Amino acid sequence: MKLRLIATAAILATFGLGSAFAVGTHEDREAIMKKVGGATGALAAIAKGEKPYDAEAVKAALSTISENAKAFPDQFPPGSETGDKAASPKIWETFDDFKAKSLKLSADADAVLAQLPADAAGVGAALKTLGANCGGCHQVYRIKE
Amino acid sequence: MFARLIRILLCLIGVGVIGAVAFYIVTAPSPQPDEHWAGLGDPDLANGERIFWAGGCVSCHAAKGAEGEAQLVLSGGLPLASPFGTFHVPNISPDETAGIGGWTLAQFGNAMTRGVGRNGEHLYPSFPYGSYARMTAKDINDLYGYIRTLPKSTNVAAPHDLPFPFNIRLSLGGWKFLYFTDAPRVTLASADDKVKRGQYLVEGPGHCGECHTPRNALGGFLADQWLAGAPNPEGKGRIPNITPGSKSIGEWSEADIATYLETGFTPDFDSVGGSMVEVQKNMARLPAEDREAIAAYLKAVPARQ
Ligand code: HEC
Ligand code: HEC
Ligand code: HEC
Repeated sequence: MKLRLIATAAILATFGLGSAFAVGTHEDREAIMKKVGGATGALAAIAKGEKPYDAEAVKAALSTISENAKAFPDQFPPGSETGDKAASPKIWETFDDFKAKSLKLSADADAVLAQLPADAAGVGAALKTLGANCGGCHQVYRIKE
Repeated sequence: MFARLIRILLCLIGVGVIGAVAFYIVTAPSPQPDEHWAGLGDPDLANGERIFWAGGCVSCHAAKGAEGEAQLVLSGGLPLASPFGTFHVPNISPDETAGIGGWTLAQFGNAMTRGVGRNGEHLYPSFPYGSYARMTAKDINDLYGYIRTLPKSTNVAAPHDLPFPFNIRLSLGGWKFLYFTDAPRVTLASADDKVKRGQYLVEGPGHCGECHTPRNALGGFLADQWLAGAPNPEGKGRIPNITPGSKSIGEWSEADIATYLETGFTPDFDSVGGSMVEVQKNMARLPAEDREAIAAYLKAVPARQ
C-alpha cells in the first residue's frame, strides 16, 4: 500500500505533477490564511497607532494579502474535499463563488496598493474594506471547531 | 359489569377532559397586564434604533442577502431551517396590512415579551422571545416607535412548513410551560452597572444564548450550561463556548472581546465566520459602551468547560 503510494508519487513527480500532491491539505490552507491574518494584524497595529505609520510595511502587508488571496483557491482542487474540518463542503459545491470571493480580496488589496494610504487613518479605512471580505467568506465557507 | 365499564369509561373521559382543560389553563397564551404598556409616552427613537441593532431584527426579518439601506425593509420571507421544520419569517415592516403597522403597542409588546401573537395565539420560539422577554417596557416602546419609521413592504411571506405536531400552535403552550421564563439566566453576586447592562443586552435583546447555549431534544436550554457552546444547527462545526472557561475566548481580555464585536477580528487576526457574521455586524452599530458592557458580562458569567 505504502509502496504503491510512493510509486504513484514518483510517477507523478516524474511527469511534473508532483504539485497535485502538495496542495489541498488543511496545513497548507491554514498556512496561507495565517499569512493573510498576520498581514491584517500588521495593518491593524498601524491603524490603531500601536506601530508608527510606515509606507514600506503597509505595502508589504497589502502585497502579502493580495498574493495569498490570489493563490488560495488553488488549495481546493476537486478531490480534496475530505480530511479538513475547517473547510466547508460548500467550497466545492459553489467553487466559482468561493474563488470569486478570494480574488475579490486580492483585487481590493491591489486597489489599496495602487493608492497607498498616507497615514494611519487611511490604513484604518482600507482595513474596513479588506475586512469585509474576510467575514463575507468565513460566513459561508469556513467551519469553526 | 356493563355499567361498571361505562363508569370506568366516563371516568377516563373525565380525566381526559380535565387534563385537556388543565393543559389549556396552564399553557394558555398569557399577555402582559394592560398597565404594563400604559403611560410610556412618546418613544425615544434614538434609543429605539440602538435596541433594534442590539436585537438583530434584520438578521431574520430583512430579505435574504439584503445589505445597507435595504436591510431596513423588514419584508420577511427568509426561510429558517430548524430540527422542527422550516419557518418563513413574517413581514414586520410598518405596512398596515402585510406588516405590523396596524398593531397596537400592547400587541407588539406581547409578541416580543410573551410570545403571544396579534390574535392571542402562541408564537414559535424560533422568534427569540424567550430572550426578548427580559426587555423593559420602555425599550419595547422605543423599538416599536423606531420600526414604525422604517420603509413599508407589501411582501407576504409563505406559511411555515412544519410537520405535525409542530404545526399546532396550541402545543407551544407545553413548550412555554416547561421552558419559558423571563428570570435572569445567571445570578451574578457582585455586578456593577456595566456588568448589569451587559447582562441585559446579552440575556435580553442580544439573545446570544439562543445560539451559544446547548439545548435538550425539546429545545429547552440545558441547566448550568449557559453560553457553554452548542452544536451548530446548520450542520458541521460548533458554536463556541463564550464563558471564561472557553478554550479560545477564555484567554481574551475584555478589550479583545469588545474589539471582536466591533471589527470581527480575533486577537490573532482570525476573522468572524458563520452565523456570527450578521450578529457582529449588528453589534458594530452599537455605541462602544454597550460592546464593553457585553464583554464585561461575558467575563463575569460562570466558567463552563
Ligand atoms: C432568529 C430569527 C429572528 C429574529 C432575530 C427576530 N425575529 Fe421576529 N420572528 C421570527 C419568526 C420565525 C417569527 C414567526 C413566529 C411565528 O410564526 O410564530 C417572528 C415573528 C415576529 C413578530 C410577530 C409577527 C406576526 O406577524 O405574528 C414580531 C412582531 C417580530 N417577530 C418582531 C421582531 C423584532 C422587533 C425583532 C428584533 C428585536 C425580531 N423579531 C427578531 C424570527 C426572528
Ligand atoms: C445566530 C447564532 C448566534 C448568535 C445569536 C450569537 N452568536 Fe456568537 N457566535 C456564533 C457562531 C456560529 C460563532 C463562531 C464564529 C466563527 O465561525 O468564526 C460565534 C462566535 C462568537 C464569539 C467568538 C468566539 C470564538 O471562540 O471565536 C463571541 C465572543 C461571540 N460569538 C459572542 C456573541 C455575543 C456577545 C452574542 C450576542 C450579542 C452572540 N455571540 C450571538 C453564533 C451566534
Ligand atoms: C475566499 C474565502 C476567504 C477569504 C476572503 C478569507 N478567508 Fe480566512 N479562511 C478561509 C477558509 C476556508 C479557512 C479555513 C482554512 C482551512 O481549511 O484550514 C480560513 C481560515 C482562516 C484563519 C485560520 C487559520 C488557522 O490558524 O487555522 C485565519 C487566521 C483567517 N482565515 C484570516 C482571514 C483574514 C484576516 C481574512 C481577510 C483579510 C480572510 N481570512 C479572508 C477562507 C477565507
